[in-house]
Amino acid sequence: MSEHIVPIKVYITIFAALMAGTALTVVAGLQDFPGPLNVVIALTIACIKATLVVLYFMHARYSSRLIWVVFTSALLWLAILFSLTFSDYWTRCWLRVC
Amino acid sequence: MEQQREAGTLGMWVFLVTEIMFFGGMFFAYTLYRSKYPQAFASASNHLSLPLGAINTGVLILSSFTMALAVYSAQIGKRRNLIICLVLTIILGLSFLGIKAVEYKDKYVDNLIPGRLIPGRPFNAEGVHLLPGASTQNVEMFYWIYFAMTGMHALHMVIGVGLLSVILYFAVRGRYGPEYHNPVEISGLYWHFVDIIWIFLFPLLYLLGRHLAHGG
Repeated sequence: MSEHIVPIKVYITIFAALMAGTALTVVAGLQDFPGPLNVVIALTIACIKATLVVLYFMHARYSSRLIWVVFTSALLWLAILFSLTFSDYWTRCWLRVC
Repeated sequence: MEQQREAGTLGMWVFLVTEIMFFGGMFFAYTLYRSKYPQAFASASNHLSLPLGAINTGVLILSSFTMALAVYSAQIGKRRNLIICLVLTIILGLSFLGIKAVEYKDKYVDNLIPGRLIPGRPFNAEGVHLLPGASTQNVEMFYWIYFAMTGMHALHMVIGVGLLSVILYFAVRGRYGPEYHNPVEISGLYWHFVDIIWIFLFPLLYLLGRHLAHGG
């Protein structure tokens, strides 16, 4: 794979999107949404921003398959970390040991 | 050369995956305690300065942008632009740390440094407006997590600024051009990663429970 040079226009667009996302998350954070919606909205915006950074600023979109495997594996390990540890904390009281 | 470039980039990605796991543990601790003590976490979070946090987010995103432009300048062989962008990135990184230091000082003045780390100034949540159901102990827990996460993040920023200073030194000496600029690219990956961590820290630490404050 030869190196791909991202046009400067793309960087400016992504930068504008990230700034807009930050403003949006502040405005959304001050609203009172029902139930857990505030957290859901905040995390959705954060995930979109992170994805934009990874894909364009970090050039992931133009990287080889090997690099895709490596960084998507991070999500897998993170999922294992969260699910196994949470399954512990969640079920502790079921056996009345807490 | 192509293979070397790919190998270097791959190595940095592998390192970043381990970093994600490192921060993942702290994000887990946050998630767990927040789900257990939502009122205390919301009370403590409301005491943080939203304007300073939001400004810092903007500063960091801008620094990521100038970093991306630095890599771009190296790729097309514009040495002058590369140097300017690196200097801007370093200045923005230092501004972030400066604003962070102001926030830490506010916590110090308000006696919100957790535990008894500061002699004569043990943790005291008197200045925090407690929402119903929030206990002082759990507010302190929030500040432990807050300082651990933002502290580790700040440490990564310090390392990043050091890294970029080295890159700047070699850029000034004209080492990087369209043929060879992998160190710039790889340092950029690291810098963007630190930005991503903050993209998650900002809403989680500063914004959670803001809406509860004016509701009552």
